[in-house]
Amino acid sequence: MPETLLFYLFSGIAIVASALVIGQRNPMYSIMLLITSFGALSALYIQLDAPFVAMAQIIVYAGAIMVLFLFVVMLLNAPQEDGAEWDRAHPLRRPGVSRLGALLAGLLIVQLVWALMRATDASTAVNASGDVAAISSVRSVGRVLFTNYVFAFEATSILILVAMVGAVVLAARESGR
Amino acid sequence: MIPLGHYLIVSAILFAIGTAGVFLRKNLITILLSIEIMLNAVNLTFVAFGRAQGNVDGQIITFFVMTVAAAEAAVGLAIVIGLFRHRESLNPDAFTSLKW
Repeated sequence: MPETLLFYLFSGIAIVASALVIGQRNPMYSIMLLITSFGALSALYIQLDAPFVAMAQIIVYAGAIMVLFLFVVMLLNAPQEDGAEWDRAHPLRRPGVSRLGALLAGLLIVQLVWALMRATDASTAVNASGDVAAISSVRSVGRVLFTNYVFAFEATSILILVAMVGAVVLAARESGR
Repeated sequence: MIPLGHYLIVSAILFAIGTAGVFLRKNLITILLSIEIMLNAVNLTFVAFGRAQGNVDGQIITFFVMTVAAAEAAVGLAIVIGLFRHRESLNPDAFTSLKW
Protein backbone atom coordinates (compact mmCIF):
# COMPACT_ATOMS: atom_id res chain seq x y z
CA MET A 1 0.00 0.00 0.00
CA PRO A 2 1.77 3.19 -1.11
CA GLU A 3 0.13 5.38 1.52
CA THR A 4 1.50 3.33 4.40
CA LEU A 5 4.87 3.08 2.71
CA LEU A 6 5.06 6.87 2.33
CA PHE A 7 4.09 7.34 5.96
CA TYR A 8 6.91 5.11 7.16
CA LEU A 9 9.38 6.67 4.71
CA PHE A 10 8.69 10.26 5.76
CA SER A 11 8.37 9.55 9.47
CA GLY A 12 11.66 7.64 9.25
CA ILE A 13 13.31 10.61 7.55
CA ALA A 14 11.92 12.97 10.19
CA ILE A 15 13.11 10.83 13.11
CA VAL A 16 16.57 10.08 11.68
CA ALA A 17 17.17 13.71 10.69
CA SER A 18 16.06 14.93 14.12
CA ALA A 19 18.35 12.43 15.84
CA LEU A 20 21.24 13.60 13.67
CA VAL A 21 20.48 17.23 14.59
CA ILE A 22 21.43 16.34 18.15
CA GLY A 23 24.47 14.33 17.07
CA GLN A 24 26.19 17.05 15.04
CA ARG A 25 28.91 19.15 16.60
CA ASN A 26 28.63 21.88 13.97
CA PRO A 27 25.38 23.85 14.38
CA MET A 28 25.35 24.60 10.63
CA TYR A 29 24.84 20.91 9.84
CA SER A 30 22.24 20.70 12.60
CA ILE A 31 20.19 23.44 10.97
CA MET A 32 20.39 21.81 7.53
CA LEU A 33 19.27 18.47 8.99
CA LEU A 34 16.44 20.17 10.85
CA ILE A 35 15.23 21.66 7.55
CA THR A 36 15.23 18.11 6.15
CA SER A 37 13.18 16.98 9.12
CA PHE A 38 10.70 19.82 8.56
CA GLY A 39 10.32 18.82 4.91
CA ALA A 40 9.47 15.26 5.93
CA LEU A 41 7.02 16.56 8.53
CA SER A 42 5.27 18.69 5.93
CA ALA A 43 4.84 15.54 3.80
CA LEU A 44 3.16 13.95 6.84
CA TYR A 45 0.87 17.00 7.08
CA ILE A 46 -0.12 16.53 3.45
CA GLN A 47 -1.00 12.92 4.25
CA LEU A 48 -3.14 14.24 7.10
CA ASP A 49 -5.15 16.39 4.63
CA ALA A 50 -3.61 19.62 5.91
CA PRO A 51 -1.88 21.11 2.85
CA PHE A 52 -2.00 24.67 4.18
CA VAL A 53 -0.18 23.67 7.35
CA ALA A 54 2.35 21.81 5.20
CA MET A 55 3.06 24.91 3.10
CA ALA A 56 3.22 27.12 6.19
CA GLN A 57 5.66 24.64 7.68
CA ILE A 58 7.94 24.95 4.66
CA ILE A 59 7.61 28.73 4.26
CA VAL A 60 7.57 29.85 7.89
CA TYR A 61 9.72 27.21 9.58
CA ALA A 62 12.21 26.17 6.93
CA GLY A 63 12.15 29.49 5.11
CA ALA A 64 12.07 32.05 7.90
CA ILE A 65 12.94 30.64 11.32
CA MET A 66 15.73 28.35 10.15
CA VAL A 67 17.23 31.12 8.02
CA LEU A 68 17.22 33.29 11.15
CA PHE A 69 19.15 30.52 12.93
CA LEU A 70 21.56 30.29 10.00
CA PHE A 71 22.18 34.04 10.11
CA VAL A 72 22.93 33.92 13.82
CA VAL A 73 25.30 30.94 13.44
CA MET A 74 27.17 32.70 10.66
CA LEU A 75 27.16 35.98 12.58
CA LEU A 76 28.60 34.46 15.74
CA ASN A 77 31.13 32.39 13.79
CA ALA A 78 31.52 29.81 16.57
CA PRO A 79 31.11 26.54 14.71
CA GLN A 80 32.43 24.10 17.31
CA GLU A 81 31.45 23.48 20.86
CA ASP A 82 34.38 24.61 22.95
CA GLY A 83 35.73 22.61 25.83
CA ALA A 84 37.09 25.33 28.09
CA GLU A 85 38.50 24.77 31.56
CA TRP A 86 35.27 25.63 33.38
CA ASP A 87 33.64 23.15 31.03
CA ARG A 88 35.69 20.15 32.12
CA ALA A 89 35.82 21.19 35.76
CA HIS A 90 32.05 21.56 36.02
CA PRO A 91 30.44 18.68 37.94
CA LEU A 92 27.58 18.47 35.47
CA ARG A 93 30.04 17.87 32.64
CA ARG A 94 31.01 14.42 33.85
CA PRO A 95 29.97 11.75 31.33
CA GLY A 96 27.68 10.03 33.83
CA VAL A 97 25.33 13.01 33.85
CA SER A 98 25.02 12.99 30.07
CA ARG A 99 24.36 9.26 30.14
CA LEU A 100 21.65 9.84 32.73
CA GLY A 101 20.05 12.44 30.46
CA ALA A 102 20.13 10.05 27.49
CA LEU A 103 18.67 7.31 29.68
CA LEU A 104 15.84 9.62 30.78
CA ALA A 105 15.07 10.50 27.16
CA GLY A 106 15.00 6.79 26.25
CA LEU A 107 12.67 6.17 29.19
CA LEU A 108 10.44 8.99 27.93
CA ILE A 109 10.11 7.22 24.55
CA VAL A 110 9.31 3.88 26.25
CA GLN A 111 6.77 5.50 28.55
CA LEU A 112 4.98 7.44 25.80
CA VAL A 113 4.88 4.49 23.40
CA TRP A 114 3.62 2.21 26.17
CA ALA A 115 0.88 4.69 27.08
CA LEU A 116 -0.11 5.12 23.44
CA MET A 117 -0.25 1.36 22.92
CA ARG A 118 -2.74 1.10 25.77
CA ALA A 119 -5.00 3.85 24.42
CA THR A 120 -8.25 2.36 23.23
CA ASP A 121 -9.01 4.44 20.14
CA ALA A 122 -5.43 4.81 18.92
CA SER A 123 -5.89 1.96 16.45
CA THR A 124 -8.69 3.61 14.48
CA ALA A 125 -7.65 4.96 11.09
CA VAL A 126 -6.73 8.62 11.27
CA ASN A 127 -8.72 9.62 8.18
CA ALA A 128 -11.79 7.55 8.95
CA SER A 129 -14.11 10.43 9.82
CA GLY A 130 -14.80 13.90 8.48
CA ASP A 131 -15.20 15.48 5.08
CA VAL A 132 -11.81 15.60 3.36
CA ALA A 133 -12.75 18.54 1.12
CA ALA A 134 -13.87 20.62 4.11
CA ILE A 135 -10.84 19.80 6.25
CA SER A 136 -8.18 20.34 3.62
CA SER A 137 -9.51 23.57 2.11
CA VAL A 138 -7.89 26.87 3.03
CA ARG A 139 -11.34 28.44 2.92
CA SER A 140 -12.68 26.47 5.88
CA VAL A 141 -9.45 26.95 7.84
CA GLY A 142 -9.65 30.71 7.33
CA ARG A 143 -13.32 30.80 8.20
CA VAL A 144 -12.77 29.11 11.56
CA LEU A 145 -9.59 31.10 12.21
CA PHE A 146 -11.29 34.47 11.75
CA THR A 147 -14.51 33.60 13.61
CA ASN A 148 -13.91 31.22 16.52
CA TYR A 149 -10.25 32.06 17.05
CA VAL A 150 -10.18 35.74 16.13
CA PHE A 151 -9.24 36.88 19.64
CA ALA A 152 -6.30 34.47 19.79
CA PHE A 153 -5.28 35.59 16.31
CA GLU A 154 -5.18 39.24 17.38
CA ALA A 155 -3.34 38.29 20.57
CA THR A 156 -0.63 36.60 18.50
CA SER A 157 -0.17 39.79 16.52
CA ILE A 158 0.61 41.61 19.77
CA LEU A 159 2.94 38.74 20.73
CA ILE A 160 4.83 39.12 17.46
CA LEU A 161 5.11 42.88 17.97
CA VAL A 162 6.46 42.43 21.50
CA ALA A 163 8.92 39.78 20.31
CA MET A 164 10.12 42.05 17.51
CA VAL A 165 10.70 44.99 19.85
CA GLY A 166 12.34 42.70 22.39
CA ALA A 167 14.68 41.19 19.83
CA VAL A 168 15.72 44.62 18.58
CA VAL A 169 16.34 45.90 22.12
CA LEU A 170 18.27 42.78 23.16
CA ALA A 171 20.42 42.50 20.06
CA ALA A 172 21.20 46.22 19.69
CA ARG A 173 24.67 47.33 20.66
CA GLU A 174 24.85 49.37 23.83
CA SER A 175 26.20 52.53 22.21
CA GLY A 176 24.82 54.95 24.79
CA ARG A 177 27.13 53.78 27.57
CA MET B 1 -5.09 3.15 6.44
CA ILE B 2 -2.65 4.50 8.99
CA PRO B 3 -3.86 4.37 12.60
CA LEU B 4 -3.89 7.51 14.69
CA GLY B 5 -1.55 5.87 17.17
CA HIS B 6 1.27 5.66 14.63
CA TYR B 7 1.29 9.44 14.18
CA LEU B 8 1.26 9.86 17.94
CA ILE B 9 4.19 7.46 18.33
CA VAL B 10 6.22 9.35 15.71
CA SER B 11 5.41 12.55 17.56
CA ALA B 12 6.42 11.01 20.89
CA ILE B 13 9.77 9.87 19.48
CA LEU B 14 10.44 13.32 18.03
CA PHE B 15 9.55 14.95 21.35
CA ALA B 16 11.90 12.63 23.23
CA ILE B 17 14.69 13.41 20.74
CA GLY B 18 14.15 17.11 21.40
CA THR B 19 14.22 16.53 25.15
CA ALA B 20 17.44 14.56 24.83
CA GLY B 21 18.95 17.42 22.84
CA VAL B 22 18.12 19.94 25.56
CA PHE B 23 19.67 17.65 28.19
CA LEU B 24 22.74 16.49 26.31
CA ARG B 25 23.99 19.36 24.20
CA LYS B 26 26.21 22.16 25.46
CA ASN B 27 25.55 24.65 22.67
CA LEU B 28 22.86 27.31 23.05
CA ILE B 29 22.01 27.22 19.33
CA THR B 30 21.54 23.43 19.35
CA ILE B 31 19.41 23.69 22.47
CA LEU B 32 17.13 26.16 20.70
CA LEU B 33 16.97 23.79 17.71
CA SER B 34 15.95 20.97 20.06
CA ILE B 35 13.13 23.15 21.37
CA GLU B 36 11.99 23.61 17.76
CA ILE B 37 11.98 19.81 17.35
CA MET B 38 9.74 19.50 20.40
CA LEU B 39 7.35 22.18 19.12
CA ASN B 40 7.11 20.37 15.78
CA ALA B 41 6.36 17.08 17.50
CA VAL B 42 3.46 18.74 19.29
CA ASN B 43 2.30 20.26 15.99
CA LEU B 44 2.15 16.79 14.47
CA THR B 45 0.03 15.63 17.40
CA PHE B 46 -2.37 18.53 16.96
CA VAL B 47 -2.82 17.95 13.23
CA ALA B 48 -3.24 14.18 13.67
CA PHE B 49 -5.86 14.61 16.40
CA GLY B 50 -7.66 17.28 14.40
CA ARG B 51 -7.78 14.99 11.38
CA ALA B 52 -9.03 12.10 13.50
CA GLN B 53 -11.77 14.32 14.93
CA GLY B 54 -12.67 15.54 11.47
CA ASN B 55 -12.33 19.30 12.07
CA VAL B 56 -9.81 22.05 11.35
CA ASP B 57 -9.16 23.17 14.93
CA GLY B 58 -5.96 21.15 15.13
CA GLN B 59 -4.54 22.94 12.11
CA ILE B 60 -5.41 26.34 13.59
CA ILE B 61 -3.66 25.60 16.89
CA THR B 62 -0.65 24.63 14.78
CA PHE B 63 -0.54 28.15 13.35
CA PHE B 64 -0.49 29.60 16.85
CA VAL B 65 2.32 27.22 17.82
CA MET B 66 4.27 28.37 14.75
CA THR B 67 3.76 32.01 15.74
CA VAL B 68 4.99 31.37 19.26
CA ALA B 69 7.96 29.43 17.85
CA ALA B 70 8.88 32.37 15.63
CA ALA B 71 8.69 34.78 18.58
CA GLU B 72 10.68 32.39 20.75
CA ALA B 73 13.37 31.97 18.09
CA ALA B 74 13.70 35.74 17.57
CA VAL B 75 13.98 36.60 21.28
CA GLY B 76 16.08 33.53 22.10
CA LEU B 77 18.58 34.23 19.36
CA ALA B 78 18.80 37.88 20.40
CA ILE B 79 19.63 36.72 23.93
CA VAL B 80 22.22 34.29 22.53
CA ILE B 81 23.85 37.13 20.58
CA GLY B 82 23.93 39.29 23.70
CA LEU B 83 25.46 36.48 25.76
CA PHE B 84 28.04 35.71 23.09
CA ARG B 85 29.17 39.35 23.10
CA HIS B 86 29.97 39.12 26.79
CA ARG B 87 31.72 35.76 26.98
CA GLU B 88 32.68 34.73 23.41
CA SER B 89 31.14 31.34 24.14
CA LEU B 90 27.95 29.47 23.40
CA ASN B 91 28.35 27.04 26.27
CA PRO B 92 25.55 27.49 28.84
CA ASP B 93 27.97 26.51 31.61
CA ALA B 94 29.98 29.65 30.82
CA PHE B 95 27.13 31.82 32.09
CA THR B 96 27.07 31.01 35.77
CA SER B 97 27.32 34.50 37.26
CA LEU B 98 24.38 36.85 37.50
CA LYS B 99 26.52 39.96 37.08
CA TRP B 100 29.77 40.72 35.28
